[in-house]
Order: sequence, then C-alpha cells, then structure tokens
Amino acid sequence: MTASVVLQGVTKVFPGGFAALSPIDLAIDPGSFVAIVGASGCGKSTLLRIIAGLESRSAGRVLVDGAPVEGPGRDRTMVFQDYSLYPWLTVMQNIRFCRALRAHRSEDGRHAEAEAERRSVALLNLMGLARVEHAWPSQLSGGMRQRVAIARALMAKPQVLLMDEPFGALDAQTREVMHDLILHVKSAEKRTIIFVTHDVEEAVYLADRVIVLAPHPGRIDTIETIPFAARTRDLRLDPHFLALRQRITERIRATAGMGGDPDGLSALAAPVA
Amino acid sequence: MSERMEAGTKVRPARLATGSPHPSIWQIRTRLDRGRYLTLATSSFAALLMAWWAITASGAVNPMFLPSPAGVIDALVAWYRDGTLLDDIGISLWRVSAGFALSAVMAVPLGLYVGAYQPVRALFEPIMEFARYLPAVAFVPLVLLWFGLGETAKIMLIWIGTFFQMVLMIAEDASRVPMAQIEAARTLGASNHEILNLVLLRSALPAMFDTLRMTLGFAWTYLVVAELIAANSGLGFAILRAQRFMQTDRIFVGIILIGLIGLVTDQAVRRLQKRLFPWRA
Repeated sequence: MTASVVLQGVTKVFPGGFAALSPIDLAIDPGSFVAIVGASGCGKSTLLRIIAGLESRSAGRVLVDGAPVEGPGRDRTMVFQDYSLYPWLTVMQNIRFCRALRAHRSEDGRHAEAEAERRSVALLNLMGLARVEHAWPSQLSGGMRQRVAIARALMAKPQVLLMDEPFGALDAQTREVMHDLILHVKSAEKRTIIFVTHDVEEAVYLADRVIVLAPHPGRIDTIETIPFAARTRDLRLDPHFLALRQRITERIRATAGMGGDPDGLSALAAPVA
Repeated sequence: MSERMEAGTKVRPARLATGSPHPSIWQIRTRLDRGRYLTLATSSFAALLMAWWAITASGAVNPMFLPSPAGVIDALVAWYRDGTLLDDIGISLWRVSAGFALSAVMAVPLGLYVGAYQPVRALFEPIMEFARYLPAVAFVPLVLLWFGLGETAKIMLIWIGTFFQMVLMIAEDASRVPMAQIEAARTLGASNHEILNLVLLRSALPAMFDTLRMTLGFAWTYLVVAELIAANSGLGFAILRAQRFMQTDRIFVGIILIGLIGLVTDQAVRRLQKRLFPWRA
C-alpha cells in the first residue's frame, strides 16, 4: 500500500552537457510526506520526473520498496500542474480512467469491478466532488480540476504519489483549501507523497521533511525535519512555523545567488522621470 | 467616509461614458449573439445578390459575360428538365466522397503515428512536405496514363490533391495534445497502444474533424479539375461543356451549386461536431 523510495547517486546530464543533477542520495520512509523546494532551475521537477520514470537518468538508481525503477509505472502516479485531465471524459470517467487500462484489469479478481466502483465513489466523496460527478473538466474551476487529478492518481492505488507543483496555478485561497484537503488525503490514504513546489510555506505546512535543492548542478543543500504535530490553519501564524519558513527561504536565496545580491536589485536604475 | 462618497460621485459620470451596458461589438474578439451573427451573414449574401442583379438589370453588361440571377434560375430549371442535373450532382458527390474517404482513411492513422512517434515523423514528414508542393493538376496526364479514363483516375486525382496536406495537418493535430495528458496516462500504467487509442486519438479527434472539414474543400477543387479534363458526367464536366456552347448561365449554375453543396456539408459537419464533442466549451 505504501513504499519506501531510495535514490542512490541519481545524476542527470542533459545532452549538450548541462548538469541538471549531481549525484543525489536520499531515503524516503514509507508513508512519509517529503517536499522538495529550491530556486528555479535547481532540477526539482527533473528529480521528480526521474522517480516517476518519465525522465531518464544519466547514472544512479531509484528503488521503490527495494525494486529498481525502469520507466513509469502505476505504483508511482503523478499529479501535474495543469492540462492533464481528459476533457472528453466527465469527472467520474476521469477518476476511473485507469480502469480502462490492461495493467489494471489483468490482475483483477472476480470482485474487482464492484470494488473499483466503490473506491471511485469513495474518492469522489473524499475529494468533495460528488456535486460535479457528471460535469466536464471545462466546467470546473482550477481547484476542482486538481481535485479530480488527485482522485484519478489515487484511483490506481499507487504506493507513491508524486506531485509536481500541483497547486502552482491556483490562487492563494484555493491553495489553502487544497492544503488541508491533501493532509486529509494523507491521513485517509496513508501513501508516500513526494511533493515538488516553489512555495516554501506550502512545503513546511504539508511535509514531514523539506529537502532544499541547490542549483548548478542540482544537489541536496539541506534537509529540514518539520516537527509540528497538528497541521491546522493557526499553524501558519505560529512563530516556530514562521521561523522555519524564513530559514528555508533564506537557504534557497543563498543557494540561488552568486553573491550578496543575486537578483541584481542594487544595480537597478534610478527612478525614471 | 465622506471621502468615499466623494469618490463615488466622481466615478459615476465616467462609468456612464466608458462602461455602457452594451459594449461595442467592434471590440477585438468580443462575443456576438446568434441573431446578429445570422443577420450579418445573410446580409452579405443579400448584398452580393443585389449587386449582381443591379449590374445585370442596368443593361451595362452583355448577358453572355454575366447572366442575370433570373437567367441563372432559368438555366437551373432547364438543366433539371433535361434530366441530367441530378445525375451530374450525384456522380460528382460520389467522386468527391470516394476520393476524400480514401484520403481520410489513410491519412488519419498515418498522421496519428507521425504525431506520436518521432521515427515515423522522420520517415514521412519531409517526404509529405515535398509531395504536397507537387502540383496535383500537373498529375492529370500521368493519372490518365496510369488509370485511364474511368472513375479511378478521378478518385486518384482527388487523393493526390488532398492526402499529403491531410497527413501533415492530422499529424499537427496529434502533436498538439498536451504532454501532461500523455504522461498522466503513462504514470497510470498505460501502454503505448493504449495511449494512442485512449488519449492521443480521443484528445485530437475534434481538431481532426476541423482538419477534415477544411480538406473537404480541397477535394471539390480537384474534382472539378478531374472532370474538366476527362469525364462525360458531373458538375465539372457540365461546366466545361457549357463553356463550349457559350452557356454562361449554366456555368454559373454549376459554380453556385458546388458552392452551396460545400456550404451545406460544412454546416452539417459543424452540427455533427457539436453533437459528438459536447464537452468542448
């Protein structure tokens, strides 16, 4: 139901010699929630795509429950930032998409169809989608679409749920709702979750551990263990929470820059008359 | 408080001036209601008809060069009475349908594979780009040589005129399917075959319908080319024969009929698209 993920010396060099990831070693416990943050271009999405098997690696190994990853598989489903839903299928048909695939039918027992039916309804309710069961994706808001994408990924009963900036295109209010929904999903489904984001607050609020990647080439800079037990909205205002968030943000800023002024703000011209 | 009220009173006249409840229909990409759309569409046809009628009624132009609308209707009735009109329409429709269907049946799967697999693209795309610039009309003598004067020659000419364009356009439709749709299927455990059938084809289908609707127009062009050269029936042939006898009015009937058939099929396919793809916003 849930699995460990182990990265051993995972390296990525793009054709042309651009080193996206220098050797990365990382062990993720079964059932834990790991967030990967870092400056843009640090290779966090590339790392996630290598775990998914969507991107090839130049060296190293990825082990899921001890078994090496060779290409994508239903044990590691992925939620994308946008445009991944099938617009010709209704909400429920999208959630049940994996049932049309041979990989999901071949190993089924006799009661599989009834069980899948039950599970899809349960996921529909878990994600608060019951009202829009028969709607087309084009009729939904961005937040509702991402709920469908998450339910569809969970329908395959993955051991690891991979999320690539899943809320990056949502507004701040919707994002907060999605955070609490994800925490609810985590406690209900108990799956290993690897979550890539550029939003540090999101990472600290959701994860058990936050991995900071540094760019050029991508490598692990720091790993922060998040100590908070209860994740409620009050936590966002907690001084410890804010301090941790600040510390991680400063690490990202420090790793991104080539000096004290990485964004070149001091060189800005005087106000234009 | 008082400041707010002041601001409110100041804003009001400005709002009346700029944000009227009926925004201009000339704003770029603004919406137009159905009623006004139909009114404008019909009036363009009406204007064309009126201009035509006015020129011929003025007597400034010899009817040999430009027959009057009434003259064209008379020619239509005469054509119907001599019993060949429906046969000519029927045979032309059949040729277009056969040539177009042959192209579509081959181009849709091939285009899908070109859009899906890079090796297939490398094999076929450059050669299709080359072939689509070969003038189909120049193939007429070859087609006659290879397929004779029968129906096959006409169908092949329509095929030459439409197939290569169609493959490239269908491939473009397939390659526009968002990568996230494909990758989501891959992480759910879909095989290549399943991605092709359940994602690529389904996702690109509405765009492919648009492509087929466009290329159907090309098919009519090459039908007329085929019939102008080697036929003894059909709308294109009738136009050519009318030219020999200086029956300008009959030429007009043939041209207008082809235009009308195109318009009607186009509208029918649009309706079908609305029914087949209700999820399109």
